[in-house]
Parts: sequence; C-alpha cells; structure tokens
Amino acid sequence: MAKSRNRATTEVNAGSMADIAFLLLIFFLVTTTIANDKGIAMRLPPKPDPNQPPPEVSKNDRNIYKILANSQDRLLVEDEPWDEDPDVLKEEIKKFILNFGDPGPEGQDIYNSLPPKLKAYISVNGRRPDSSQDPTEAVVSFKAQRGTSYKLYIEVLDAINAAYNEVYGERVGITGDEFLALDKDDPVQKDLYNKARKDIPRAISIAEPDKGVR
Amino acid sequence: MSKFRKKTGTSQDIPTAALPDIIFMLLFFFMVTTVLRETDIMVKQLLPKATQLTKIEQKSLVSYIYIGQPKNTASFGREPKIQTNDVFIDINDVIQFVNTEKDKLSEVERDKITMSMKVDEETEMGIVSDVQQELRDANALKVLYSSRKVAPK
Repeated sequence: MAKSRNRATTEVNAGSMADIAFLLLIFFLVTTTIANDKGIAMRLPPKPDPNQPPPEVSKNDRNIYKILANSQDRLLVEDEPWDEDPDVLKEEIKKFILNFGDPGPEGQDIYNSLPPKLKAYISVNGRRPDSSQDPTEAVVSFKAQRGTSYKLYIEVLDAINAAYNEVYGERVGITGDEFLALDKDDPVQKDLYNKARKDIPRAISIAEPDKGVR
Repeated sequence: MSKFRKKTGTSQDIPTAALPDIIFMLLFFFMVTTVLRETDIMVKQLLPKATQLTKIEQKSLVSYIYIGQPKNTASFGREPKIQTNDVFIDINDVIQFVNTEKDKLSEVERDKITMSMKVDEETEMGIVSDVQQELRDANALKVLYSSRKVAPK
C-alpha cells in the first residue's frame, strides 16, 4: 500500500519540459546568424623592396592575357572591347591557359600528363600562334581603375579563378567545382589537389590602379 | 464488426516522452552553430555574387574589414568608409589595425593572418585598392573577398 503511494508522488511531470525547450529553441532560432563567411581567396604580392629596382618584365606579349576595366564598368579584353557575359570570359581564359602554342620542355611534360579529354580540347581550341606558349608561362593580368565598381572587379576575378579551377580539376578528371571542394585535411584529397596544381601556377596579376587623389 | 474492434483496443496515444529530447537536440545544434554578432556594422553590406568560393580554414586567423557607404548618411556622408571592429577608421590607420590584430595571434601564426574584405558591391575600386596597398605595407597578404554564393550558370 505505502509503496504504491510513494511511486505516485515521485513522478515529475515532464510534459512542460518540451515547452521550455521550445522557448529556448525559438530564442536561438531568432538570434542565430549561421556564419557563412565564404569568399574568393587571394594572395597579394609582397611589397617591393625599395632598394632593388623593379623587376623587368621580360614576358612575351603572347603570354599575357590582358583584361582592363574602366570607370564606366566596360571591359577591354586583349585590346578588344568586351560586351559578352563573364561566363564567356572564363571560357576564353581557359583556352588561353591551355593553348600550348609553343611549349617549352616543362610545358611539354604537362601536356603529356594531361588526360585525353583535355588533349582533345586543346587540339580543337588551342595551338594558336597568338595565344600563350604553355601554362607555366601564361599570366592573366587584370587592371581596374579607381572608378571601377567592386561588383565588376569580383565578377572578373571570379571568372579568372573559375577558369583556373576548371583547368586544375579537369587535369585530374573532376569538375572545377569538385576541385574547389577538395578537403585539404584529407590526405587522399590533398594528394589529388597537389597533383592538379603541380607545375601550373595560378598566375593572376592584379595591377595597381593609377594613382589618384586620396 | 466486433472482430475488428477488438484489435484496435490498444492505446491511441503517441508517446511524447522523447519529445523534449528531440527539442533539446535541436536546441543544442542551434546553440553550437550560433555566432552572436560582435560588431555593429555601420556600412552598407550587400556583398557581390561569385561562384568560386572557398571557406575560411581557421576562424581565429581572420580579421574583418568592412567597406561601404555609411548607413547613416546624415552624419557620415555618402562617401564609402572603412570600418573595423566598431569604428570607422582612416585609410592611414589600416596598418595599425592590422598590427593590433597580429598582436592577438601567436608568433607562428602571424604571417597566416587573413583579412576578410567585406565590401559592398556598389563601392568603387579606389578605396579597395588603397586598403590593399596598406595591407601590403602591413605584410598581411592573405585576403578573402567575401561574397555571396551563386550557382554557376
């Protein structure tokens, strides 16, 4: 008899626990801002040493892909006005990197290591005499003016990076997006990443805009 | 008829005893993922769209620079301004800001400091490149142009 009475009193009513938890949950749902800090990673060039003369540019003109943006947000690509989508620009840059017009010994090694799909791509689109010699030589140069909008700057930078990522990815048989998603903490994926990046530098040159009044 | 009724004699209640546990699980998820906003952003922040985004590897190495038109144009004007932490700073103070941020890190990590540039898309490049020159002077070379993700076409 006494036992059964005891049991009845020891039971705590836990029904309202859910309500309390709900209240807290809603509070956190409302105040939460899930950190979504993503962006285009870049490395700025180190500051030039004032004691040394600026390095001379000895690059062959064909190895530099010139993109200029003016303050009216118009692009000049390879000395021609550009009216098309940034997506087309990505394709053009990719063709430029993978041109193999006149590869040196290193460039030839890279060419030989490419998968057949990319070789086919090169034989269709590449080998032009007015484009880059090989990926080790190729440089994409981008110069914006002070009046250029940041939006356009990011758009072009994005296109250049997309072209490089696609080249890296397709070199090891994955897409550009998959290449970007490779996790460098995982040894297998890190290997793949290194294999894709090997010998092809991500040569993006961001020129300083002309000095203006501060 | 009575044949069927006998079978449905069991209790129709759904046991709700596990409900608090489930709610608590959700609660903990949100508590863990939550970042309480530390700084009050005083400039317009509509980040540009991009496709080739990378995540920040180590959160502790990142410092933020916000650039954009001030939200309160009546007091601060329409010219884009640079904000770090909770204050507007002058272009010449960027180096000092970088150095104080570097001092917070241990010596081995100092060169790995990443500056996350949160720039409004309507800003002109002039101020952005000025900041970049200052960052080069301050030897903070890793930069992340913070952007919104869009699916590639």
